[in-house]
Amino acid sequence: MKRLLSILLCFVSLSVFANEPAAEGEKAEGFNPGEMILHHIGDSHEWHWLATDNGNFTTYLPIIAYRPGKGLSVFSSKHISNGESEGAAKEYEGLKLEHEHLVSTDGSKVYDFSITKNIAALLGSAVLMLVVFTAVASGYKKNHGRAPKGIQSFFEPIIIFIRDEVAKKNIGPKYERYMPYLLTVFFFIWFNNLLGLTPGAANLSGNIAVTMVLAVMTLIITLASSNKYYWAHIFATPGVPKPLLPIMIIVEVIGIFTKPFSLMIRLFANITAGHIVVLSFISLVFIFKSWAVAPVTLAFGLFINVLELLVALLQAFIFTLLTSMYIGGAVEEHHDADMQMGYDDGSASTHAH
Amino acid sequence: MPAFLSPELGLIFWQLVIFLLVLFLLAKFAWKPILLALKEREDSIEGALRMADQAKIEMQQLKAGNEKLLTEARLERDRMMQEATQMANQHREAEKARATAEANNIIQQAREAIQTEKNAALAEVKNTAAKLSLDIAERILRRELTDPAAQTQLVDSYLKDVKLN
Repeated sequence: MKRLLSILLCFVSLSVFANEPAAEGEKAEGFNPGEMILHHIGDSHEWHWLATDNGNFTTYLPIIAYRPGKGLSVFSSKHISNGESEGAAKEYEGLKLEHEHLVSTDGSKVYDFSITKNIAALLGSAVLMLVVFTAVASGYKKNHGRAPKGIQSFFEPIIIFIRDEVAKKNIGPKYERYMPYLLTVFFFIWFNNLLGLTPGAANLSGNIAVTMVLAVMTLIITLASSNKYYWAHIFATPGVPKPLLPIMIIVEVIGIFTKPFSLMIRLFANITAGHIVVLSFISLVFIFKSWAVAPVTLAFGLFINVLELLVALLQAFIFTLLTSMYIGGAVEEHHDADMQMGYDDGSASTHAH
Repeated sequence: MPAFLSPELGLIFWQLVIFLLVLFLLAKFAWKPILLALKEREDSIEGALRMADQAKIEMQQLKAGNEKLLTEARLERDRMMQEATQMANQHREAEKARATAEANNIIQQAREAIQTEKNAALAEVKNTAAKLSLDIAERILRRELTDPAAQTQLVDSYLKDVKLN
């Protein structure tokens, strides 16, 4: 029941975005908010910082494409980017961009491994995380046996919270093995959520490919650490009458996949929704073409932005919490906490909208 | 399906590679030392707390021991004081008794001496009286008792000479 509810919630949040392109219908001449918003939340082969009357400030990122038979081609996206101008797509080495999608001019298959805006942001956040947490770690070496200082004392309570309240409570005595993954996933999501809120930055944690990779990793870790009780619960759910077992098995097996699926959709939808709302409020100024809307835009935009700061942390926490619950369910020795797990799953997924 | 709902292969690939790299590097260079240091510190704090507790108990035991020792010492002192007082009293009593006895003794001796002296003096008085009487009688006899008046005069004059004490 709870699981069904969580799936339902996912679709409710999904349908909101599905409605978003429909806004394109009511076109304000010259300015299309739907297209602008989708462009902002989507990925791109160049990093467009800002546009002024004197031109665009854009960083062109490398294109890396692999075509079977033709091999690898690497070049700057400057050669095929149209910038903000409309018109015929530029071609280079038999490749062109169609709505930020790399295709070959002769219609053959292209594998696009380009360093897109999101991947550049991903690299940036990876470097940031490495710098920050090696600095934290060096704090422990420097202040050995003393009270934490500076950046170390900022992150220590968070790390302890993840360890004590998330990992220890949900996984149990075997929590230590999963700490690196949980901490990395938590800070990865949090950092990228916050970075995504900065103007001009990429919407990385609101990208479904990113959340999919994270969710699949959680699934793999859960399955890899599962014990016989976990599988016994799926294929011979205790307390279920024999004739109902075939149905229950199907439900339980689907349940294995809906858990990471909900993780994927929840993070993606929350972050993307926040961006869409903020962008929509900004679009109001351009739709009404009046300064009078500015206070409304400012007030609501600021409110949503501050709310997003909270959501950034909350979603990182929820992802980590649910991951540790799924792992906890897989490594549990005496399988008696199913009710509790289902309950937690359901209550947490109410945050999905 | 809108473009933003379809995961891009490139991003999946890079996300996987970079995330795993970050995970590996952070696990090795950040999480491991951090978690180890935290655990070490918690252990040391716990150890310090346990030691403090133990020290507290020991202190209490020591204090109780001291108290007992003090009480014992106090009792001992009281006992000694009492004993000393008793001994002093006894001593004083004995001394007193001895002094009294000695005094009595001395008095007794004095009395005896006085008695002896007295007896001697009396004897001497008796002797002197006898000698005097004899002397007087001799002188009377020597003058030949002719005149009774003269005799009486004579006795009177002799008696005047005699001074009895």
